[in-house]
Amino acid sequence: MIVDRVTIVQTNVANMASVTAAFERLGVQVVSTDDPDQIASARCIVLPGVGSFSAGMQRLRSANLVDALATRIRDRRPTLAICLGLQLLCTNSEESAGIDGLGVVDATVTRFPASCCVPQFGWNEVRPGAKHTLLKPGFAYFANSYRLANVPGSWSVSFADHGGPFVAAIEDGPVLACQFHPELSADWGRELLCRWLARCASEVVPC
Amino acid sequence: MLTKRVIPCLDVRDGRIVKGVQFSDLRDAGDPATRAAAYQRQGADEIVILDVSATLEARQAALETVRAVRRVLSIPLTVGGGLRTCADAEQLLAAGADKVAVNTAAVDRPAILTELAEAFGVQCTVLAIDAARVADGAAQWEVVTHAGQTRTGRSAPDWASEGVDRGAGEILLTSWDRDGSRSGYDLMLIDAVARRVSVPIIASGGAASADHMVAALQCGADAVLAASVFHDGEFTVGDIKQTLADAGTAVRR
Repeated sequence: MIVDRVTIVQTNVANMASVTAAFERLGVQVVSTDDPDQIASARCIVLPGVGSFSAGMQRLRSANLVDALATRIRDRRPTLAICLGLQLLCTNSEESAGIDGLGVVDATVTRFPASCCVPQFGWNEVRPGAKHTLLKPGFAYFANSYRLANVPGSWSVSFADHGGPFVAAIEDGPVLACQFHPELSADWGRELLCRWLARCASEVVPC
Repeated sequence: MLTKRVIPCLDVRDGRIVKGVQFSDLRDAGDPATRAAAYQRQGADEIVILDVSATLEARQAALETVRAVRRVLSIPLTVGGGLRTCADAEQLLAAGADKVAVNTAAVDRPAILTELAEAFGVQCTVLAIDAARVADGAAQWEVVTHAGQTRTGRSAPDWASEGVDRGAGEILLTSWDRDGSRSGYDLMLIDAVARRVSVPIIASGGAASADHMVAALQCGADAVLAASVFHDGEFTVGDIKQTLADAGTAVRR
């Protein structure tokens, strides 16, 4: 089965255009929605995200998307989370004290050390974890001030370095969550999106 | 580790790239989407589009330029020029910009930086500063606006620092004295601003060679921006990155 359509979670914050353009260049139709039923049932979901952790969670809560997203990730159904999207999967974040994340990744998001240039803006080298099958070594584009230092559990974890190692991406089956922006990572990012789509195609079960 | 960025800049007016010294004597330098795609293939790390259109109608046309560039571009795109409000920024972001650069509007009303950062994130908010030396040779710079016609008397390093406090996630720092001069970036300016802010600095104005770029990166810039050097075909982005790598600078290859 070929994946010819992805559904983007409409977060009403920036970056939808770049994500949409990246998939369209691959010949994949993009629809966006904030309807919980559609997000629960869609074959492939993309959770983009820029802006603050609290604004992102507030948006997911007000659209009643928390359960739909958390459930599909727990069930290992095809989902790509990008940048803040990765952070929203976590328990919470230093950026927004007292705000709960989706809680499907048992970790707290923390700020880069003060010794670093923050935000991290630019291309950093990704070192795929031993269990990673989607990620290859290469340069990815990052734009973030907060990050995960590590991720426990069954996730395969890839790292990059900025003031020490940080989590560049995590992967489990057809669930891929990237701190970087694959849609802005040139050919390397394009190839990653292709592999994720192929993985989704092989894992999709009819609803 | 994080690599240094090489950023071709497209000054766009009425849907075409223009080039000229300090925005006078503008000459046509091609189609933005075609150029942007070519620079991407050469290894550009990012593209900056500065809309130098004078009229509101032309600004609407600029949105179409951003859409056309976005369709072909799989690297980050920063767009600036004439942006006055969050609504302007939202239009540019929806059209395909990843970051917006604000210049005169921020000098006139600094609160716009906070509004942009709160609405779209600091990683979307670039403060563009045009800085001119107060006197030849003096290590003092003032902010100039309205395409250099207004000298504000405000210290450029002070303004950079305030801008970051207000929400800017990056500084696009142009030396107004060096822009178009081909005499190299104003290294003292870069150093003076780098000492004041912890966010990335994009050096701009005066680049004519890879050596100029190496010098700027060694003075505290995180990225180097140039226009004519690339438009004229003197160097490809790949040529520049090779020289940077040979000089020991970490670049994406």
